[in-house]
Amino acid sequence: MAEATVRKARPKHLNLMQIRLPLPGFVSILHRVSGAGLFLCLPVLIALFGASLGTPEQLECYRATMAFTVLGLPVVKLLLLGLLWAYLHHFCAGIRFLLLDMHIGIELAPARASAVAVLLISLSLTAFLGVLTW
Amino acid sequence: MVKRLVVGAHYGFRDWLAQRVTAVVMAFYTVYMLVCIAAMPAWDNAAWRVLMSGGFTKFVTFLFALALFFHAWIGVRDIWMDYVKPISVRLTLHVLTLLALTGYAGWVAQILWRL
Repeated sequence: MAEATVRKARPKHLNLMQIRLPLPGFVSILHRVSGAGLFLCLPVLIALFGASLGTPEQLECYRATMAFTVLGLPVVKLLLLGLLWAYLHHFCAGIRFLLLDMHIGIELAPARASAVAVLLISLSLTAFLGVLTW
Repeated sequence: MVKRLVVGAHYGFRDWLAQRVTAVVMAFYTVYMLVCIAAMPAWDNAAWRVLMSGGFTKFVTFLFALALFFHAWIGVRDIWMDYVKPISVRLTLHVLTLLALTGYAGWVAQILWRL
């Protein structure tokens, strides 16, 4: 049983800058990051939703908030654009995970291809809807 | 003796399934609302109000909100369990998350039903 007791020190790569994720891993961590971002911004989103359907004063406040700029940058709209991407990425990656759960596309090549598709589709939908609603 | 954690990973299949069922509910709602918004007679606040005042829209929007908050609870709980090790901090974060999400549900109900 000597080989069971003598353990080789296994390398640990906990430096995030040194870990090179494969594309499906990239989609996966972005799924978590986008979900966390959406959760943290829920109060902002509900407040804007409520103001857009509220009294005339609240609607005025909603319009002023949307038009708010810092150094000429429409920061609220940019935040919402980021959250739109987060929602669309979470949506597309979620559908990919549902398909993987059903054992659709679990081989290496299709799993890589669907990861690329998730990244591209969510980015292009963000651009499309962002331009349409800006 | 089995080591039990008050905020350990003792929920399995049921929450895994709930995460997926709520995801499908939200996906259908998202597509439905995109179609409704695209079909609005004009893209202004009046048309938006008319859309959101409909009884069916309120009903499905509230269902979407509940699905979202349940989904967020499971997802955020998993994040706390992955990264926060001290049980006291983890329990506090779990309780704060639940309180926030419960409050959001009331907030959304109030927005919808005062219309």
